[in-house]
Amino acid sequence: MNYTPLILSLKVASIATCIVFILGLILAMLIARNEFLGKSIVEGIILLPLVLPPTVVGFSLLFLFGKNGPIGSLLMNWFDLQIVFTWIGAVVASVVVAFPLMYQSASAAFQNYDKNLENAAKVMGASKWKVFWTISFPLAWPGLLAGLVLTFARSLGEFGATLMIAGFIPGKTDTIPLTIYFAVQSGNSKVATSWVIILIILGFCAIIWINWWSKRNLLRYKSEK
Amino acid sequence: MLVVKIKKKLPHFTIDVELKENNDIIILFGPSGSGKTTILNCIAGFDIPDEGLIALNQKAFYTTNREAVKIQQRKVGYVFQDFALFPHMTVEKNIQYGMKSKELMNRLVKVIGIEHLLQKYPKQISGGEKQRVALARALATEPDILLLDEPFSSLDQETKRECYYELLRLHEIWKIPIIMVTHDYEEAKRLGSHIIHLKKGEIIKKEKLHGG
Repeated sequence: MNYTPLILSLKVASIATCIVFILGLILAMLIARNEFLGKSIVEGIILLPLVLPPTVVGFSLLFLFGKNGPIGSLLMNWFDLQIVFTWIGAVVASVVVAFPLMYQSASAAFQNYDKNLENAAKVMGASKWKVFWTISFPLAWPGLLAGLVLTFARSLGEFGATLMIAGFIPGKTDTIPLTIYFAVQSGNSKVATSWVIILIILGFCAIIWINWWSKRNLLRYKSEK
Repeated sequence: MLVVKIKKKLPHFTIDVELKENNDIIILFGPSGSGKTTILNCIAGFDIPDEGLIALNQKAFYTTNREAVKIQQRKVGYVFQDFALFPHMTVEKNIQYGMKSKELMNRLVKVIGIEHLLQKYPKQISGGEKQRVALARALATEPDILLLDEPFSSLDQETKRECYYELLRLHEIWKIPIIMVTHDYEEAKRLGSHIIHLKKGEIIKKEKLHGG
């Protein structure tokens, strides 16, 4: 069996997860914790990929990142960088599709603890940065980590949008889900079955772990007495 | 000397108070929803008044139309109703969070009698112990004023009595103004040198007690 799909999938999912984590953290801090005009519209746009068919997301990305698309042409002119039909395209697709999951987890995580804890830190003279790194981040971490795992699992399984923007080029953009689809298409059900089992196991482990982790954290700071 | 002369519009009434107090224990007394905590929060800087003046020892925290002094620079000690101890830190780390000197911390821990709790987490200690830790944590920052928001409301009668004694003793030693919010008149009478009666954001009576 050829293992390049596994390595490629892990690479794409890891990079996408890092990007989504940082962006999700920043946007959750900026948007979820503040009230401003047009907030629901901004959140609507962020969460949109959650309800859209992946093909619609893929088509939109193809339009944006295509050679003549508004972002694609800029990247081509400035950095000589092509997104469409490369593994970077797969990363872009994963980022967009998985982002709502991270954003939701992060917003919930930052609203899940007593705001007076931050006030208590400030009143003791802690700067905004110190409050974030010593209070907000550690207290939100369980929720953030759950979001991280969800993001990784979603990226690993991304199919529709990835196929639209990255295509299926063996050795270049053949992630596990795409490999399964094209293996079935060409009647190679043995290869398809192996990959299916691997993905089911990975997905199952992620879900079991998240359930265990969230239950554990519900009780984490509860009084023992 | 603390001067508070503020107006702030709230959904159901407007806070309009005028206070001038020295290094005493001042009690803001009144039913829930009379604006007590909001006044405390304006002094601490969590809330901003609509207009007026807040000043401590000639240092203005807030003046109408000027940028308010940041929370971090006010040198205020605050004990929250639910204590707001950092749940992910030990008692020792909680007290060290804003401490000015190690000696003061050691002394505080001794005076307040919480040496045996230092390595424990907030979830492992009782309500009365949390209350003591919260007081120690607030005093460790060497505040110019101590604000207490119903600090005894979640404690049982016996623990309450111990904590009253503790607070009076600490006030004897530290001699900084203390403003405490409560809706328990017995508590107000036992601790306060002045009781400010509030109703719907306005002062309806000022009471001076013998101790003050």
